[in-house]
Amino acid sequence: MADTRPATTPAAWIGQGLLYALFALIIGVFSSWPPYRHLASDQALIKLSFSHTGKPVADCKQQSPEELAKLPPNMRAPVRCPRERSPIVVELDVDGVAAVRHSAKPSGLSKDGASSVYQRIQVGAGAHRIAVRLKDDARSAGFDHTREATVTLKPAQILVIDFDTSTQKITLQ
Amino acid sequence: MVQPGTAAPGAQPTIGVREGLLAGYRRLEHRFDAAFGSLHNPLRQLGAIAFALFWLLAISGIYLYIVLDTSAEGAYPSINQLSREQWYFGGVLRSLHRYGADAFVVVVVAHLGREWLHGRYHGFRRFSWLTGVPLLVFVFVSAIGGFWLNWDQLGQFSAVATAEWLDWLPFFASPMTRNFLNVAAVSDRLFSLFVFVHLGVALLLVFGLWFHIQRISRAAAFPSRRLAWGTLLVLLVLALMRPVMSGAPADLTRVPDVLALDWLLLFIHPLTYATSAGTVWGLLSAALIALFALPFLPQRAAPVPVAVVDPANCNGCRRCFDDCPYAAVTMVPHPNLRIGRQMAQVNADLCASCGICVGACPSSTPFRSAAELVTGIDMPSEPIGALRRRLQQGLAGLSGPHRIVAFGCKRGARVDTLAAPDVATFSLMCIGLLPPSFVEYALRDGASAVLVSGCREGGCEFRLGQRWTEQRLAGEREPHLRGSVPHERWATAWVDAGDETALHSALNRLRTRVQGYAVTAPLTAEVGHG
Repeated sequence: MADTRPATTPAAWIGQGLLYALFALIIGVFSSWPPYRHLASDQALIKLSFSHTGKPVADCKQQSPEELAKLPPNMRAPVRCPRERSPIVVELDVDGVAAVRHSAKPSGLSKDGASSVYQRIQVGAGAHRIAVRLKDDARSAGFDHTREATVTLKPAQILVIDFDTSTQKITLQ
Repeated sequence: MVQPGTAAPGAQPTIGVREGLLAGYRRLEHRFDAAFGSLHNPLRQLGAIAFALFWLLAISGIYLYIVLDTSAEGAYPSINQLSREQWYFGGVLRSLHRYGADAFVVVVVAHLGREWLHGRYHGFRRFSWLTGVPLLVFVFVSAIGGFWLNWDQLGQFSAVATAEWLDWLPFFASPMTRNFLNVAAVSDRLFSLFVFVHLGVALLLVFGLWFHIQRISRAAAFPSRRLAWGTLLVLLVLALMRPVMSGAPADLTRVPDVLALDWLLLFIHPLTYATSAGTVWGLLSAALIALFALPFLPQRAAPVPVAVVDPANCNGCRRCFDDCPYAAVTMVPHPNLRIGRQMAQVNADLCASCGICVGACPSSTPFRSAAELVTGIDMPSEPIGALRRRLQQGLAGLSGPHRIVAFGCKRGARVDTLAAPDVATFSLMCIGLLPPSFVEYALRDGASAVLVSGCREGGCEFRLGQRWTEQRLAGEREPHLRGSVPHERWATAWVDAGDETALHSALNRLRTRVQGYAVTAPLTAEVGHG
């Protein structure tokens, strides 16, 4: 008959031991090996991240008496402003080279939410000339916010480029 | 003309990739049988081991959660101190928790692979398959979330990598990654989310596991004690030899340095960075769609008709209800309207067409005097009356001083290879279909001995056929083989497909035994025939 009962011979015990050891080896080894390096030892990381609500896409409009008359009484606001927000256009140059060119649409069904940007740029450690330009108003020409700086990045350092809504400035952290 | 799925006489049947892999897997399983015995073979109890590991994770996790400070500031030191200052208990539990999770994933994936190799996703198994696939997702989500709670460099890497991967989806108004831009962004509230991911999803897993085994009666939710202790011991030794320690604390101003990555649980992160978030989402979606679609693909083999109840012969004894491996039998009021009288009813969607219920039915006894044997619950493709006729014809056609009847299982070793002038063979859809009274009937009708063979213990295609048959023959389960049947005149052989050599050896041993006893006459002179 085939081996159906609990094996009790020395060879079976040794076999069990070896198979348990193999199981432990697989778990023990692959739970921590091979080591993983996400970034080369001479590299640094720039994270460009905005979550910013753009300006309205158009100016507020004064309603004429005729237009107001067509509206229900409770909705007769003299000034009507568009809900839709401008997309955020962002550009990042590193050492004079274009690293990011991105236009982020406003979120929401009515396009009245914040626009979000998240980009990772891997650079070599050392000094870099950073130029960030941000446009958040579709009505204006050119960029509304700019920031240029020279930063020195250590290996594995993360530089976060963000936009502070309270000060309305681009920040480098 | 050869029909699809059949082979011309003498031609080799076409073997697909899955069948080829299954043959290889069976060989591996048999090697494990040699070491563990089939009853304690871990490859035959992968689902049960997964359950045991889950409870190990739950118990060790409860202690870790008591110790864990669930704040952004306190999480790292609380777990780090546990490993360093209470290494003999808390540290060991932490290591058990981690290695248990690794083992859990390995076992679950192996369980899925084994069921796929056996083609166990169609028909009545569709429910278990479909409820099992989401559990894979829950397992990985909960496991990955566990790394974040440590909030060391590995946790930081995993959390940021997960956020960047999730941000590929166009669902989030604000990128998830903004939660990890700087130290100020990582709040206690974020840690509450971590706790929910790790524990909340684990709770979902409990419900998912419950659903997963809903249509399986007597589900093996715990492995054999010997195997459970063996597995625990292995993980304990591993925990003592290579205790899991925290890495350096998370520092969001720096990219984590060289990481001792847990490739079994976190492989998705390096894969994402090696390819792209979109590629990994595509691979994951494709894998899940394929797994979900598998049960709906056309089957190669035509489905076997399900069991049918004959009210006139069903006395409502509930044995088929008790023995059905897939809870396909329920008891309903008998149409004869006698108060309290019940009758079995088969749910066709759940029925595996294994015939185990036929073997359980007391009306299946061949000693009944009816000209045409009709039982209470029967398989239309292999009626029990036809088996009695074939047995009578087979016995009549045997020659030689020691005539032997061999009952076997179509899924196990091929019993037809035993056929000889003095051996009549009967291959059944599952050996559980054989009512034990057929053994006595064959002996009374002229057989010198009877060999009953089926799949190895733990290897029954229908889970319980081998176990019930063994218990019925041993008199431990109804309907049982009568104790007056001399044990030297019947034998069992639990042998899988490919074990034909062992099957022949079992037959030879039985033949030698009956020769030694000089058995030639029927069990008794008076035999009741139908």
